[in-house]
Formats: sequence, C-alpha cells, structure tokens
Amino acid sequence: MAHDFLLILPEEIISIGALVLMMAAAWAGDRSAPILTWLAVLTLVAAAFFLPGLSDSGGSAFGGLFVADRFAAFAKIVIFAAAAVSLLMAMSWFGRDKDYRAEYPVLILFATLGMAIMVSASDLLTLYIGLELLSLASYVLASFQRTDTRSAEAGLKYFVLGALASGILLYGISLVYGFTGTTLFGGIAESIQAQNAGEEGLGKGTLFGLVFVFAGLAFKISAVPFHMWTPDVYEGAPTPVAAFFASAPKVAAMALLVRVAVEAAGPATDAWRQIVIFMALASVVLGGVAAIGQRNVKRLLAYSSINNVGFALVGLAAGTPQGVASVLFYLAVYTVMTLGAFLVVLRMLGADGQPVESIASLSGLARSRPGLAAAMAIFMFSLAGIPPLFGFWPKWIVFNAAVAADLTWLAAVAIATSVISAFYYIMIVKVMYMDEPAPAYAATREPVGSGLILASALFVSPLGYLAIPLLDRATLAAAGALF
Amino acid sequence: MAGFPILSAILALPLLGAAACLLTGAAAARWIALLTTLATLALSIGLWVTYDVGGAQWQFVESNGQLFGAFDWALGIDGIALMLIVLTAFLMPICIAASWTSIADRVQEYMAAFLLMETLMLGVFMAQDIFLFYIFFEAGLIPMYLIIGIWGGRERIYAAYKFFLYTLLGSVLMLVAMLWMVNHAGTTFIPALMVTDFPPQAQTWLWLAFFASFAVKMPMWPVHTWLPDAHVQAPTAGSVILAGVLLKMGGYGFVRFSLPMFPEASAQLIWIVFGLSMVAVVYTSLVALVQQDMKKLIAYSSVAHMAFVTIGLFAFNRQGVEGGLIVMLSHGLVSGALFLCVGVVYDRLHTRDIDRYGGLANNMPAYSLLFMVFTMAAVALPGTSGFVGEFLALVGAYEANSWVAAVATTGIILGAGYMLWLYWRVSFGTARTAEAARLPDLSRRELAMLAPIAAAVFWMGVYPESFLAPMRKDVTLLLARVERAAPEGDARLALGTPRPAAEAHEPEGAHH
Repeated sequence: MAHDFLLILPEEIISIGALVLMMAAAWAGDRSAPILTWLAVLTLVAAAFFLPGLSDSGGSAFGGLFVADRFAAFAKIVIFAAAAVSLLMAMSWFGRDKDYRAEYPVLILFATLGMAIMVSASDLLTLYIGLELLSLASYVLASFQRTDTRSAEAGLKYFVLGALASGILLYGISLVYGFTGTTLFGGIAESIQAQNAGEEGLGKGTLFGLVFVFAGLAFKISAVPFHMWTPDVYEGAPTPVAAFFASAPKVAAMALLVRVAVEAAGPATDAWRQIVIFMALASVVLGGVAAIGQRNVKRLLAYSSINNVGFALVGLAAGTPQGVASVLFYLAVYTVMTLGAFLVVLRMLGADGQPVESIASLSGLARSRPGLAAAMAIFMFSLAGIPPLFGFWPKWIVFNAAVAADLTWLAAVAIATSVISAFYYIMIVKVMYMDEPAPAYAATREPVGSGLILASALFVSPLGYLAIPLLDRATLAAAGALF
Repeated sequence: MAGFPILSAILALPLLGAAACLLTGAAAARWIALLTTLATLALSIGLWVTYDVGGAQWQFVESNGQLFGAFDWALGIDGIALMLIVLTAFLMPICIAASWTSIADRVQEYMAAFLLMETLMLGVFMAQDIFLFYIFFEAGLIPMYLIIGIWGGRERIYAAYKFFLYTLLGSVLMLVAMLWMVNHAGTTFIPALMVTDFPPQAQTWLWLAFFASFAVKMPMWPVHTWLPDAHVQAPTAGSVILAGVLLKMGGYGFVRFSLPMFPEASAQLIWIVFGLSMVAVVYTSLVALVQQDMKKLIAYSSVAHMAFVTIGLFAFNRQGVEGGLIVMLSHGLVSGALFLCVGVVYDRLHTRDIDRYGGLANNMPAYSLLFMVFTMAAVALPGTSGFVGEFLALVGAYEANSWVAAVATTGIILGAGYMLWLYWRVSFGTARTAEAARLPDLSRRELAMLAPIAAAVFWMGVYPESFLAPMRKDVTLLLARVERAAPEGDARLALGTPRPAAEAHEPEGAHH
C-alpha cells in the first residue's frame, strides 16, 4: 500500500499544493495572486521531480486502477511544462487590467491533476474521474473573465458540449462494461481477445461501446466531427486560457486515447483503426479548409490545433509501438509550437493596451516589431511543417510510422492535405512581412514572456534537430510501456 | 585539406553572413553579402581545383554517424554536384551586385534571405542523406517566398503563394516515397540507395512521386505555370536564382534519384518524359513568341530549354546525359544573364514592356553587345555554351528516338525566332519612346556583372571539356546503372549482311 502512495507522489504533491494555495488565496486575497502563481509553478516542478517511471519503469497501483509507467511519465512531463508556461503567461496578461485573481493558479493545478490522472488511468472509471476533474476546472477557466460576455459564452458552450461528451463517454463505458464484464483496461483486452477467438468474432455490443468511448474522447482532443466547440471556446476564453486548452489538455486527452486504443482495445485494432483514420483525415482536411477564412487569430489557431490533432492521429492509426512513439513526439513538439504562437498572440495589444485579435492587425509587424514577427514566422512555418524548422520532424515521424505499418496511402493523403494548411500559415507570414504596416502594438516589458518566446523559437528552429535522438529514445521507451 | 570539413564550411559561411547582415545597416549589409558570396565562390573554386577528376566517386565526404537520430549530416559531392555548386557560387555574387541599387528597402533582410538561400541551394547539391536532401530542397521555399513576396513586383503576393504552394504540393509526395524507400532499403544514405534494386512494381509509384516533385521544380509542361508568375514578379536577382539554380534542382533530382534508383520505371515511363518534353519545346516556344513582357518571354524560353534537359537525360546514352547536364549549366548562365539584361533596362525605365524599347544599340552599345552574346547563346549558336549542350542532347535523343529529336529540333528554330525577334525589337531600329533613346549605357558595376558570365559562356562553348571532364566518370556510372533497362532505340544501326554484288553477278554470267 505504501508503494502505491509512492507511485502517485506527483499527484499527491499537486493535490496538496492546490489545496494549500486555495486556502492561501481565500485568506490573502487577489493581491497574492502573483506569488501564488510562482508557488504553483514550483509545485509543478516538484511534482515533475518526483515522477515515477522516469529512471525506473514505474509500476501499477491500487489493484490496477492507476499505472505510473514511462508512457505516463513522458506525457506528464509535457503536461506539467505546458501548464507551467500557461501559468507564467497569465500573470502579466491578466495583471494589466488588475483582474488577475488568485483562483487562476489553483484552477490550473486542479486541471493538471485531472490530466495527470487521465494519462495514468488504466481503468475506465479512473479515466472518467480524471477527465471530469480536468473538465470542471476548464469550464471555470474558460469563463474566467466573467465580466466579458464572450468569455462567459465560451464557458457555457464548453460546459454544455463537454457535458454531452461526458455523457457519450459514460454511455460507452457502461456498454463496454456490460459486454466485457470489467472496466480494467487489461481485462477488456482479454475479453476482446476471447471474443475474437470465438466464432462470432468481436461482439456488436463491445464494438458499440468502443465507438462511443472513442467518440467521447474525440470531443476532448477536438477531432472532426466532434470539433465544433473548439473555435468558439478558444475565441471567447482569455488568451492564456486558450493557450492552455490548446496545449496540455490536448496532450492528456491524446495520450489517454492512445492508452485506451492500445491497452484496452489493442486486440480490436482493426476495428478502431478505421475510426481513427476517418477522424485523422477529416481533421486534417477540415482543420485546413475551415481555417482559411478566419479573421481572428485565436480561431485560426483553434483550427490549427484541429489540423494538428489529425496528423497525430495518423500516427495512432499505425497502431504500432513506432506509431505510439510518433504520437508522443508529435504532441511534444506541437505543444511548444502552439504555446509559442499563443505567446506572440499575447503581445497583440492595441494602443490602449487592450488585446487585439484580428489577423489584419498583424500587418507589417516585420517593420514595427521585427523580432516578434520573426518568432511568429518561425512558429507558422513550423506548424506548417516546412523544413528546416523543427515542426517538419514530427510530421516526418508520424508519416514514417504510417508507411512502416503499410498505410502508405494514408500518409500520402494526409501529407497532400498538409498543403492546404500551409496556405493559411504562410498567409500569416504574408500579412506580417508583405502588407503595409498597421498601427503598431503597444510596447510591453515582459522579460518572462520574451524569454519563453525565445526559448520556444530556438526549440523549433533547426537547432531542435539536435534533440531528435533524445526525444526518440524517450518516446520509444514510453511507447514500449504500452505493448 | 584532408580532414577539414570544407563542405560544411562552405555551407556555414553564407549562414554566418546572413546573421551578420541582420545586425548591421543597409550599406554594411551589402558589403557583407558581397564579400561572403565572393569568399564562398573562392572556396567553391578551391573545390573544383582540388577535385580529383576520375578519382573516387564521392569526394570531400563528411559524416557524423547518426547525428540527428533517423538521419545524418552526411555531405559529399561527385562531379555533377561539383559543377552545380560552382554554378551556384558563381551566380550569387552577381545577384548581390544586381541588387546593389535596385533594392533600397529592407536591405539587411534581403541580403540575409539571399545568403540563406545560397546555403540551402548548396546543401541540396552536397547532401548525401536522403532526408537531409529533402530538408534543403524544401527549405529553399521559405527564403524564396519572402524574396518574391516582399521585394517583388505588383502581383508579387499571388506569385509568392503560387510558387510556394505549387512546389510544396509537388514535393510532399516525394517525401512519402522517400519514407517507403528508406523503410525498404534500411538506409538513408544516398550512395547506398543509388545501388539498391527496388522491386519494379514499386519503382513505378516511387518514380511517379519523385517525378511529381522534380517536374514541378524543373518545370515541365503542364505544371510550369508557376514559373512565369514567379519569374516576372521576383526582383531581378530572384529571377536569376530561380532560373539559374532552382530549376536545376529538378534536373539534378532526375540524375541523382529517378534514373539510378528506378532504372526500370524510368525506361517504362519514358514516354511521359518524352511526351511532355516534346509538347513543352513546341508549345512554350510558341507562347514565348507572343509575349509582350520581356521577363515572361525569357521565363517561357526557360521551360522550353529545360525540356532539352529532360529529353537528354532520359535518352539513356552518353551524349544525351552529358548534353542534358551541359544544358543545365549553360542555361543557368544564359538565362541568368538574360534576366540581368532585362533588369538593367528595367532599373532605368521601370517597364518590361518590349514595345517601350527599341534602338538601344544606338545609345547603349556595350549593353547591346553583351545582350547579343547571350541571345546567341540562348539560340545555341556554335561557339557558345548553348550549342554544346543542345547539340549533344539532340544527338542523344536521335539515338533514342528520332521522332523526339525531330520535334525537339523545331524548338531550336522557334527559339531562334523568339530570341532574335526580341533582340531586334529591343536593340535595333529606332527608339519607340523618347526615354528609351536617352538611356545611359552600362555602369561599371553592371559590366562587372555581365562580363564574367559572357566569358564563362564562351569558355563552355569553346572548350566544354573543362566542364565535362569532372562529370564524365559519374555519367559512366549512371549509364552502367541504367543499362539493364535501357529501352531499344529506333535508330540503332544494324550490321547487315550485304550480298557481295560482284559474286552474285558472276554466277549469272557463268550461266550464260
């Protein structure tokens, strides 16, 4: 039992940290928010420091309900880092209007706790608990600027659609439980194997259950056709929150989907592969086409995230250890690129200091703020997957996994659609570099933000290629934990 | 020299120059760019001088194990790559000089973009790892997109988009083919892949995927439509780089990948190459004939000339391949020079409309002389570089298929038509506008740009052996590789068994 509690040490640290910070927030008030934010970052660092599964292979806790393996460890590192960046970028952004409140770091910590549970879940109910903890914190975060009607609308929309998704997921879970007799991933896999061996093949009920589970999770990763909420929520939510939504929860939900697909439904790979392939292709196409007409940079980034999830799903469709590793690699680099792009969006402030979100306001940024424009151009070319920027490599690795799994046609179709998305990414570059300058953005002094932009730009620059061997080893080791 | 990574040094030099340009003022950036490109040229000439002709196939080889995990920083050149590297390094200082006064806006970024472009182009020819090649090949899109889009003409945005998306769409399928090949062969090393025998069934698909990329880059009819837009809208130096080097990447790709890696598919699908090339030679020459815009005319003539390259390369014989390679080098010089000539008068009159000029021979004698040299080289006059290449390519084509040679030869006649007509309208007669009659002759800077190209054109035309010698062994290896699949030519002379006339006659006579 003591061993079990050692395995969940990071979760314990975050829970206790969040609770302590909540008490501090209640007594010290909003003035303490900046200090609490730094403390929250420290909590995340401490949690990452005590992660099981980094140097050892981890283990399973509470009778198989929770597993802390290398796969979970890798996902948690990315999630904690993304959450920490979301915390840091929020301070100055909210602080400008003096509406930064001490609940923000607490909510981010609870959301992170939910995500940590999600990626470690090896039981459908643990999964659900983690997912709901994340969702409840997210609904509040989306409507964090309660005086802003768009923010309130985003929160409500997220809540309604999120509740629907949870319902679908729960329905799927109950079907799976009914037809396999267990909620443990390992048990479900055994049951599916037994069904496959039988004369009937995979049972209809199990298959239906799996379809509903996949649909529910597709909501969370905002894969087409369950993506509708994404642009509205990203647009309405405060920018740091949108950045958070686009990064950490995407990683968590994707990792969760991978674990369910491989650990629980592994023997039914042929059955879910077609679902994943459909979602992947629909996401890359729609995420590309729908983004073209956008005028708001946050909506554009929302479609960009849909598009990127589609590419990550191509790796999952391969269904091999190499494919799983490619998904993790993709998510790690995608997180950096997206956070970098949102960090630049945070700098888009009108002369009055109020945030501006129109793409047109980026016009001629290369003249007024050459450094900022260069960073944004790097992120855009990288998201488009144009070498020599590092964003090319995750796409390479995903397609490589698909080709190695004899899905060459899928790789060919997906890569051809990447040209569609390249169009709107280079459109941003065009606006910044080739259009006549719009009024310049208000100057800011944010050393932390600038440092983060610089760090992420360097990571996605060609220098990132030097990290390939390290990331390859880490992702392959993580993927090996699932097979 | 042994052990010193000279290829990496050549790649690093322009990159450092680009960084330095961004940190200085406009005037300093021009000088930094010029000195950097000259230093790169000096190093490239050093490569040429120290290159061991007839020695090892791959020289100046560098490798770093698996520095990037799945692929490697592997560099090395053979004779074909060497010549293209020298061509690139030769054109770059000229491009910088051509932009000296015509680019006044955002000079630092412009120079940095050009130097970055140089590194990427040189990298394409040096890469010995298939993915390193792809990265360099694709990365060139970014600086070229910016060069066309920021410093281009009126329709520059459209042209920049079209250039970027067209070439990207062409290239992405090649990446999937590369992934398949690497998974099949278990290596990313190009020399190893060049001797891998892929199953003929798969070769067809792989060949088509590579063809999609190289045909767009080349460009071949009917996927050439991005080229006139990009050429016309790009600043002069951008057009020179596009025509001089970027188009050569397509031909280089055919020689490096399509032919040696998929000989069977190359032979089987030769009709696509020949068919498209034949259409291109005739059709784009006719299109060039009716252009009113000087740059557009030269752009279409580029498409026609590149068709000679494809015809030659796929002739499967020595004359054809060597001819195709020489056309690539020659066209790099000549079309670059022609774009510079257009740039010279555009800088003065700010129009490319042929009807606004005329009679330039009267007031611009030096210009008219050099323009004539390049016009003659473009119509393949003997003694110029154009003749050597196109003659060899056509001889090779005739050996392979006499119909192709016959159709392609009409391109020479049509080429003479549109080029001489252009020259006549621009230089002879009387000036059609008063401004054209007052244009000053070449400045010393412009003379220094054009004279070296003219010298190179004559050198290649009079003594092509200097350029053919380094490539000869590589052509031999290529031919040995594709020999087993070479299609039967229709012009093979058969050794007959002639009836000895006298003997046949005598018995008849004896009968009587």
